[in-house]
Amino acid sequence: MSILINKDTKVIVQGITGATGLFHTKQAVEYGTNIVGGVTPGKGGTEVEGIPVFDTVSQAVEATGANASVIYVPPAFAADAIMEASDAGLELVITITEGIPVMDMIKVKRYLEDKKTRLIGPNCPGVITPEACKIGIMPGYIHKKGHVGVVSRSGTLTYEAVHQLTAEGIGQSTAVGIGGDPVNGTNFIDVLKLFNEDEDTYAVIMIGEIGGTAEEEAAEWIKANMKKPVVGFIGGQTAPPGKRMGHAGAIISGGKGTAAEKIKTLQSCGVKVAETPAVMGETLISALKEHGIYEKCVTHQ
Amino acid sequence: MNIHEYQGKEILRSYGVAVPNGKVAYSVEEAVEAAKNLGSDVTVVKAQIHAGGRGKAGGVKVAKNLEEVRTYADDILGKTLVTHQTGPEGKEVKRLLIEEGCDIQSEYYIGLVVDRATNRIVMMASEEGGTEIEEVAEKTPEKIFKEVVDPVAGLMPYQARRLAFSINIPKELVREAVKFMLGLYQVFVDKDCSIAEINPLVTTGDGKVMALDAKLNFDSNALFRQKAILEYRDLDEEDPKEIEASKYDLSYISLNGNIGCMVNGAGLAMATMDIIKHYQGDPANFLDVGGGATKEKVTEAFKIILSDENVKGIYVNIFGGIMKCDVIAEGVVAATKEVGLKIPLVVRLEGTNVDLGKKILEESGLDITAADSMADGAEKIVSLVKA
Repeated sequence: MSILINKDTKVIVQGITGATGLFHTKQAVEYGTNIVGGVTPGKGGTEVEGIPVFDTVSQAVEATGANASVIYVPPAFAADAIMEASDAGLELVITITEGIPVMDMIKVKRYLEDKKTRLIGPNCPGVITPEACKIGIMPGYIHKKGHVGVVSRSGTLTYEAVHQLTAEGIGQSTAVGIGGDPVNGTNFIDVLKLFNEDEDTYAVIMIGEIGGTAEEEAAEWIKANMKKPVVGFIGGQTAPPGKRMGHAGAIISGGKGTAAEKIKTLQSCGVKVAETPAVMGETLISALKEHGIYEKCVTHQ
Repeated sequence: MNIHEYQGKEILRSYGVAVPNGKVAYSVEEAVEAAKNLGSDVTVVKAQIHAGGRGKAGGVKVAKNLEEVRTYADDILGKTLVTHQTGPEGKEVKRLLIEEGCDIQSEYYIGLVVDRATNRIVMMASEEGGTEIEEVAEKTPEKIFKEVVDPVAGLMPYQARRLAFSINIPKELVREAVKFMLGLYQVFVDKDCSIAEINPLVTTGDGKVMALDAKLNFDSNALFRQKAILEYRDLDEEDPKEIEASKYDLSYISLNGNIGCMVNGAGLAMATMDIIKHYQGDPANFLDVGGGATKEKVTEAFKIILSDENVKGIYVNIFGGIMKCDVIAEGVVAATKEVGLKIPLVVRLEGTNVDLGKKILEESGLDITAADSMADGAEKIVSLVKA
């Protein structure tokens, strides 16, 4: 088991003929992801890498029976692409694109309100269920199949955490990048809920950063609902206020969204927080031992 | 992106949102000329810098005649203002806003933000005008009123009315206040603002509701479709190193420490600053070279880091996922040869082609300290810089 995606997930790629889309499509196919089609308006009827290309998402869904989409289209067109995917009835839409205007995302969120579509991202590395399905730009080889769920606002910091876990023999159930934008499709709580209900996930590592209050809300939710141990890390303890630290959402404004505040709330809700990014793996392992599930989580040597 | 107060007021005026008459001036002569043309009894001379707290720092003066306008303009132009938002080094004033004075009855606060909890635009209002909203939120949160806006309908008049009544705008001026709020919301949406603050909003003796100050901030991700806003960019207000970095699509923020950082990915870049601090070091910058860094980008990043005289050592922390470690290693070697490195350099490489990357660094014959992990690298650079 896993969350969101598995070996049966049928994926279409929106923006498959662009440089980024094509590169990561090849990588995903190599990993074993079931990519069934691509969409580039005007290139319908052609093929890339043996994958059929369609003009519209609904054509692609109808012809292939896809249930998920990954979006690599440029920021100016990304909001439209997300809504098109939702309109075509896709259950899962993963948006990698960075730099979508916030005003567009506000419209997208409103549009998705009464739809069945779950949006992951934008501005995220994607989702991977190790050794089954990789949708996004993360390096596949660092992941190992296992029982720890990973959820994060940052790409490379996720790789860092996964790398630390894999090096210690701890495999992952699914790793989800929710993205670094202020308005996004799926938040920490949404993913924690899924991990909480997934039989194959025994513990979760949650990686947050400065800006907003999503981590604080997640902490309160964990305290009230989570049946599995969660450890955390918050990036940006040394970030100055009022500056956007790379991610559009990583900004301390009006004294709100500081790392100190987030760490305090997480700890008060029973979440162990790694003191430095170098000990995310170690911190998780110590929590696994405390809960007596370390042996169950060791998946390889 | 930030703009000046006078530019914000130009935008508001074009949407029919009431602001006092005024004109920008770059010299004392222009200031006097502008005041003459306004012909008002009282003229306000306001320093234009991208920071709040100008009044307290002596950057806003009320002149009763043209002679006073001349004196104040002469005094403020070229002066370095230090406010709570400029940092201790302050900001030099190069532009003034010359504005007609008005007969203020009461001061209020109106603000628009993107609320991350609801994923909607929220309008906030308070009768504690002139005070910073954070301070009001802290001390008297019951005095802040909010309306969440449905993006399909936009801000509705009933919402604006509710706010106007809540903050006790005089009944006879509620219509004016509503018009003001609806116009401000339209500016926010049309121009892709991320923050719009009117503090204070004032009511005047002659029955007007207008913006005495205007702070507009824009979503950088939307500037591709906001050409007119981009014209307002004032490079004098930005850090030269940050401007240089943006030319190469590098995400760079200046800090006050002495350890230059070069990292891929925003999250890892922040975490790298944190771990340097953890080992009692002090980061000089945030720098994300991005996922697709090339040799050229790495070289430019090095040059920018080294242009900061405070930098006494550099820490390169790369987790090569899609980006290969050998490419980064080649970039580091090329950059070091090109710019001539005289300070310690610690490199931590992990990920795709890591062995090849390490080999390239070793065989380069350059004085590069290799690190095995993120923590190891941070410890090494901190001790090298202190030595």
